[in-house]
Amino acid sequence: MRASRGFWGATAVVATAALLLTACGGGGSNENKGSGATDANASVSVYGTEPENSLIPANTNELGGSKALKPVFSALVGYKSDTAEPYNLMAESINTTDSKVFDIKIKKGWKFHDGTEVKAKNFVDAWNYSANGKNGMQNASFFEQIQGYDEISAKEPAVKEMSGLKVVNDYEFQVTLKGPFSVFATKIGYLAFAPLPDKFFADPEAFAKAPIGNGPLKFVSRTPNQNMKLTRFDEYQGEDKVKFKDLEVRIYTSQETAYQDLLSNRLDFMEALPPAAKAGGKYKTDLGERLVEGNLLGISALALPYYVPGYNNLDLRKAISMAIDREQIVKTVMNDTYAPADGYVSRGIEGYRPGVCGEFCKFDPVKAKEFFAKSGFTGKLTIASNADGGRKEPLVAACNSIKNALGVECDFVPATDFGQWRSIVNNRQLTGMGRSDWSADYPSIENYLNPRYKSTGSSNDSTYKNPAVDALLTQADQTADKAAAIKLYQQAEDLIAKDLPQIPVWEEKGVGGKSNRLKVAKLDFGRLADYSSIEVAAK
Amino acid sequence: MPQYILRRLLQLIPVFFGTTFLIYALVWAVPGDPFAGKCGQVACPPAYIEMMTAKFNLDDSIFVQYFKYLGNLFTGDWGETFNGVSVGELIGNAYPVTVRLALIAVAIEAIIGLSAGVLTGLRGKGFLDNLVLMSTTFLISIPVFVTAIVLQIVLGSELGIIDASVSEDATIGELIVPGIALGSLSMAYIARLTRTSIAENRHADYVRTAVAKGQPRSRVVGVHLLRNSVIPVLTFIGTDIGALMGGAIVTEGVFNINGIGGLIFRGIQNREGATVTGVVVLLVMVYLLVSLIVDLLYAVLDPRIRYD
Repeated sequence: MRASRGFWGATAVVATAALLLTACGGGGSNENKGSGATDANASVSVYGTEPENSLIPANTNELGGSKALKPVFSALVGYKSDTAEPYNLMAESINTTDSKVFDIKIKKGWKFHDGTEVKAKNFVDAWNYSANGKNGMQNASFFEQIQGYDEISAKEPAVKEMSGLKVVNDYEFQVTLKGPFSVFATKIGYLAFAPLPDKFFADPEAFAKAPIGNGPLKFVSRTPNQNMKLTRFDEYQGEDKVKFKDLEVRIYTSQETAYQDLLSNRLDFMEALPPAAKAGGKYKTDLGERLVEGNLLGISALALPYYVPGYNNLDLRKAISMAIDREQIVKTVMNDTYAPADGYVSRGIEGYRPGVCGEFCKFDPVKAKEFFAKSGFTGKLTIASNADGGRKEPLVAACNSIKNALGVECDFVPATDFGQWRSIVNNRQLTGMGRSDWSADYPSIENYLNPRYKSTGSSNDSTYKNPAVDALLTQADQTADKAAAIKLYQQAEDLIAKDLPQIPVWEEKGVGGKSNRLKVAKLDFGRLADYSSIEVAAK
Repeated sequence: MPQYILRRLLQLIPVFFGTTFLIYALVWAVPGDPFAGKCGQVACPPAYIEMMTAKFNLDDSIFVQYFKYLGNLFTGDWGETFNGVSVGELIGNAYPVTVRLALIAVAIEAIIGLSAGVLTGLRGKGFLDNLVLMSTTFLISIPVFVTAIVLQIVLGSELGIIDASVSEDATIGELIVPGIALGSLSMAYIARLTRTSIAENRHADYVRTAVAKGQPRSRVVGVHLLRNSVIPVLTFIGTDIGALMGGAIVTEGVFNINGIGGLIFRGIQNREGATVTGVVVLLVMVYLLVSLIVDLLYAVLDPRIRYD
């Protein structure tokens, strides 16, 4: 009698619990197979992370903030999501004869979300504010080619405007650069160059809490660490209108949880997948047709700083580069979410040529051993990086590949997190090789070469200095004709490939997922959802 | 008793200053660049570094910084994170959710733990006793994150009974499963503690007297036996509430709950000094108050305990 009472007691408890959970636990998932029609008033949710800085275009250069700000602001130039080709978005025309003085006309009748019209002075005032050293904006250096930048970027500038910016009339302004720079017309598509409404200048801090832009989506609300809500701006005139009504950028602490939500259709779009999903190619079976692939403009390389003793040795560089079996690592460790790199510029950029790195990026353990013997290097090799976010595994695999091919000790040295990692690199404190990844800010070959391989580049992790390369890059910068400039950049890339200042390893392919609710969703090169491509299936 | 309470409250003050200064020093005086990595792939522009240094008083000595911070704290300004969000607002959003989650977890673990403990403590050997012993051992041996992830995947993704993550409203219903994951370990401990305590006190004299007096069994167990046996359990629950108010980092991360645990974890990861200091100050206060309440409850439960 007692035993069965205990047994039934236990069963009663379990049954009650199950009923309680079902009743209170929130609804289950909604299986919605897309049909033909599109629901234009639907809401879409995308995976997000907490922005690192205040929500002002000139202060936002990381993914968390860009996800929310990019659709809120439309710059002069936009980039097509699949080819990254620039097109005139808010600009009516950008004319120049010498790539030094640009005459920019903007389209008439575009409005900010508060109803005021977007005029030329909104661009000029915004650019002056961002470049002004007093305001401490993170993206200030993007304006460095404009005449007058040096004076205004000082800590206490004497001037309030750059001499190179001039408003001609309400819809036209002129930009004069310090010297010819053919990429300028492409560069101004970057978020930092967005216009700002008059309301911003009255109170920038209040503006950061509720940004007002001129883009296809307007800002509704933000709960820090939770979400950011945007809604369609119906009076938007640009080409990249959105086909849904509301957007929620939902902030997750754990990418794995977001992935679970994506699988159960509670989250509509993720632009990247957590390592747990990539392991063993699990994401392919989980997502099936819901897989979204894109072409990210990013490249991964290993920096071999010249300041580390023993590394100033071309044979050593060749040996290491040829000892890494990129194909195998990309297939087994990275589950085809990356592709082997063979140059210093990623696929999809105008000016990309396959095979620039040539034989040095092909796996050849025999030749690698020869170069290694010739180099006379003794001691251990190390690869350093931050260990989170799935960064560690491929680098450990690369180290093992080097170990097996060359017979030299190779270890992975972790840094605590990305912040500490970048400070080690920027303070020139590497004691071995280091991960050196780059994501293009704007789709131009110039953006791959100048910051990383020019001796004065802002991200020259190897401290590479080659006057011939510097001269070619400067010459390319100053060439007015775009096609001719690209040829010069390519020549610089060839010179760089001879020196191997960094070893190109792989390129990220851009693998994300969408929920059943979305008929169409594309990934754009900047690792954001291409909002104008998203279509929600009608129920 | 009032003297005792007053003494305890006065003791709070040096503890408060000591711990908050220690935390402040640990967070802000640690060598290393607080702005490392804040600007993405390139180094931060000097103008930005200057502005932030001035804003956070980083040029002053650690003592001056600490007193300026305390001054702000007592006027209600908890500071700002590096991305310009008020820490007070962050805590204000996160804390009610954590309190709800903590209370749900404690309620679940107390109810299930106490019932299981009382039933098995009274009865002794048998099917239920073995069941409780084995399941508590099982629960103790599983780490919290495993329980949380398994519950999330099985109940959420596979069976679809609950949502895999908690929505922004974080209603009580949604927090039940996270509460179970959170309280699973403590539930096991409470069950065992109660079981031992009850088994021990079952043979006490006053219980025999109460039964001899003809009291109904429910009163003997519910009033006399329980009140005396529950003291070790109360200690445990008290420290548990204090710990849970500190936020359950793992469970909150797995279920995407916007609570204090996640806030502090993100603060540590991103080196947000203002957030970490602010939250820790709050937690110290809460923990001290909760332990005071627990101590006072002893006197209520057991009149033999006196404090003066």
